[in-house]
Amino acid sequence: MSELAQGPVVELHSVSKTYKIGAVEVAALKHVSFVIPRQRFSMIIGPSGSGKTTLLNLIGCIDAPSEGSISIAGQDVGALDDNAISDFRAQNVGFIFQNFSLIPVLTAYENIEYPLLLLGMAAKERHARAAAILEAVGLADRARQRPNQLSGGQRQRVAIARALVKEPAFVLADEPTANLDSHTGAAIIELMRHMQQKYATTFVFSTHDPQLMSHADETFSIRDGKLVDHVSRGDAP
Amino acid sequence: MIFKLAVRNIFRNTRRSLTTLSTIAIGAAAVLVFGAYVTYIKLGVETSAVQRTGHFQIFRNGYFDFGTGNPAAWGIGDYQTVLTLVRDDPVLQPMTAVVTPIQNLAGIAGNFDDDTSKTFFGVGFVPSSRDKMKRWNEYGTGSQGLQHSGMTDDNPNSGIVGIGLARILGLCESLHLDNCPPAPKPIEATPTGPALASNIAALAANDKPADAAASDGEPTIDLLAATAGGAPNVVSLKIVHVESQPFKELDDNYVGMNLSLAQQLVYGRGEHEVTGIVLQLKRSEDVPMARARLATLIDEHKLDLEVRDFTELTPEYNQIIGLFGSIFSFISVIIGIVVLFTVTNAMGMSVVERTDEIGTTRAIGVRRAGIRRQFLVEGALLGLIGATVGVALAYVAADAVNGAGITWIPPGAPAPVPLRLYMAGAWALIAGTWLGLVVTATIAAFVPAHRAARMKVVDALRHV
Repeated sequence: MSELAQGPVVELHSVSKTYKIGAVEVAALKHVSFVIPRQRFSMIIGPSGSGKTTLLNLIGCIDAPSEGSISIAGQDVGALDDNAISDFRAQNVGFIFQNFSLIPVLTAYENIEYPLLLLGMAAKERHARAAAILEAVGLADRARQRPNQLSGGQRQRVAIARALVKEPAFVLADEPTANLDSHTGAAIIELMRHMQQKYATTFVFSTHDPQLMSHADETFSIRDGKLVDHVSRGDAP
Repeated sequence: MIFKLAVRNIFRNTRRSLTTLSTIAIGAAAVLVFGAYVTYIKLGVETSAVQRTGHFQIFRNGYFDFGTGNPAAWGIGDYQTVLTLVRDDPVLQPMTAVVTPIQNLAGIAGNFDDDTSKTFFGVGFVPSSRDKMKRWNEYGTGSQGLQHSGMTDDNPNSGIVGIGLARILGLCESLHLDNCPPAPKPIEATPTGPALASNIAALAANDKPADAAASDGEPTIDLLAATAGGAPNVVSLKIVHVESQPFKELDDNYVGMNLSLAQQLVYGRGEHEVTGIVLQLKRSEDVPMARARLATLIDEHKLDLEVRDFTELTPEYNQIIGLFGSIFSFISVIIGIVVLFTVTNAMGMSVVERTDEIGTTRAIGVRRAGIRRQFLVEGALLGLIGATVGVALAYVAADAVNGAGITWIPPGAPAPVPLRLYMAGAWALIAGTWLGLVVTATIAAFVPAHRAARMKVVDALRHV
C-alpha cells in the first residue's frame, strides 16, 4: 500500500471548474469542499450533468480545478508538474471506467501487470501480484484472454483488478456499472465492495443509480455543480 | 512492454499496416535495386576506364595539362629506368598487373590509294600489355569474349584504327566492315585533301624504311607527324583490326600502333622516349596505397613526374557516376517522401483510433514522453519491418536478374556485357537504405506521436 499521511485521503477546498464552450463559460463545479475519509466505500451521486465525472476527474488528478485546491494524502496536487502528477497517479490512484478502457492488444493478465511495470516493480513480484488479484476477481482461467474475448462483466473485473493491483491510495470508478446489465452491475458492486474491504483501500465511485446507495459508507450528493448532501454510515476506521 | 504493445498495435489493423509495410518494402526494394544498378554502372565504367587507361598513368610534370598539343616535347627520357623502378618496387609489385609505356602522338593519316587524309590521334603501346589490360575484369562487368587486337609485339608495323577513321579514309571495303558506307563524292572536290594525301604518299615513299612491312593485301595507311626536332616524319601502318571507340570524336581520330612505330614516328633516329607509363593494378581497392607509393618513389628519386589516376584520365567517369548518383538521390528522396507521408498517415489514423486508450494509459500514470515514445517505436518498427522485407525483396530481384543471363552492349563497348545487379557486398547501400527508411518512418511518426502526447487526459477519455 502507498505510504500516505494519516487522515483523509482527499480534501477539496472550494474547488470550482469552469469549461469554456466557444464564448460561453459553463461552471461544472462551484466552490465544492469536502473530505473523503480513508478506507471507505464512498459514492458520489447525482443526475446526469450534475458534475460527478468532473469531480472524479479532479480527484483523480487527470484534470485541474479552475479555482480552489485539492490535497490527496496531504499532497497539494496543484503544485505538481505534469510528469510529477503522472507519477503520482501511477502510485496512488486506481481507475475504473464505465467503458472498461482495457488495452485491447493486451491479455487480461498483461492489462493487470501494466500499472506495475510503470512502477518499475520486479518481474517476480509483478507476476505474484497479478496472478493473485486475477484469482481474487475470479478470472484466473481467463488470464490469457484479450478484452474482446471477455464479457462486459469480465472486462470490468479485469479493470477492477488493474486498479487495485498496485494497491493505490484510492480507487476511482466513474459509473462502473453503466454499461452492464443490472445483475452484472450488482455483482460488480459486490466485488468492488469485497475488494475494498479485502485490500483495505478507499473506493470513490460515481453513479446516478440510487439503488446502489445502500452499499456506500459515504454518499456525496451533487447537483448543478454543488455539494448538496453528505451522508455517512458507520464509523470511519 | 513498449515493444510488445508496438508489435501488437501494428498488426491490430492488419490491412492498413500491410499497406504501409508494402509501401516501405517496395520503396526499399526499389532504392536497393536501382542502387545495385548504379553500382553496376559505376563498376562497369570503372572497368572500361581501367582497361583503357590503367589505374594510373605517369607523365612528365605538366604533360597532362599542357603537353597533349605537342607530345614529342613532353617525353619521359630514360623511361626504362622509371619502368624498372615501378616494376621492381617491392611495395607496388604485389599490387600491379601491368606496367607498360605508351607514346601519345598526333598527326595526319593518309590513304593515298583513295586520295584521302585525316588528322589523327594516336597511341603507341606494347600490344601484349594492352591485351592484358583489356582482360582486367575485377568486378565481372567486362565484355564477354573480348576481341584480340590482332597486333603482336614482334610486328611493329601493324596497328588498329577507329571505325570512324576507317570510314573517313575510305577503308570500309578493304577492311570488310559492316555498316560502313563508302563516302559520297563531294559536289566540288577541295584541292587540299587529295593534294595533301599525295604529298604524304610522296613523303612516305622517301622516308619508308627499307625493312617496312609489305601490305600482304591488308590495307595500309601512312602516318605523318612532326618529330621532336620539328621535322616531318612518315611511317606506314598495316591495319590489322578496327576497333569501335567510346565516343565519335575518338572513333574518327583513333590510331593504335606498336610503341616502337610510334617512337620511330615521333623521335625518328633520336633518343626514344615515351609520354607515359601505364600502371594497372590487380584490384582497385589498392589505388590509394599505390598512389601514395608512387608519390614516395617520385619524391625519393627526385623525378620530374606526375601521376594521374583513371578518374582524371577519363573525365566521363566522374560525369557518369555523378549523373547516376543524382538520379539515385532523386529517386531515394521521392521514395523517402512517399514513405514519410504513408507512415504519418497510418500513425495519425492509429492515434485517432486509440485516443481513448491514450487517455487510459495517461490516467494510469504513463507520462507524455511515454506516449510519445510508444508511437515513435511503432513508427520505427514499421520502418524496420518494411525495410527488412524490402532488403529481402531486393535480393530476390537481384538474383532473378543476375540469373537471367541478360546482356547488353554499353556505348562504345566492343562486345556484350552481362547485366548484373550488385547487391552482394553492397553493405553500405543496404545499410544506408535500411537505416534511412527506419529513420524516415520514425520521423514520420513524430508528429502523430507528439499530438498523442499533448492530448488532455480528460479529452482523450471522452473521445468516442
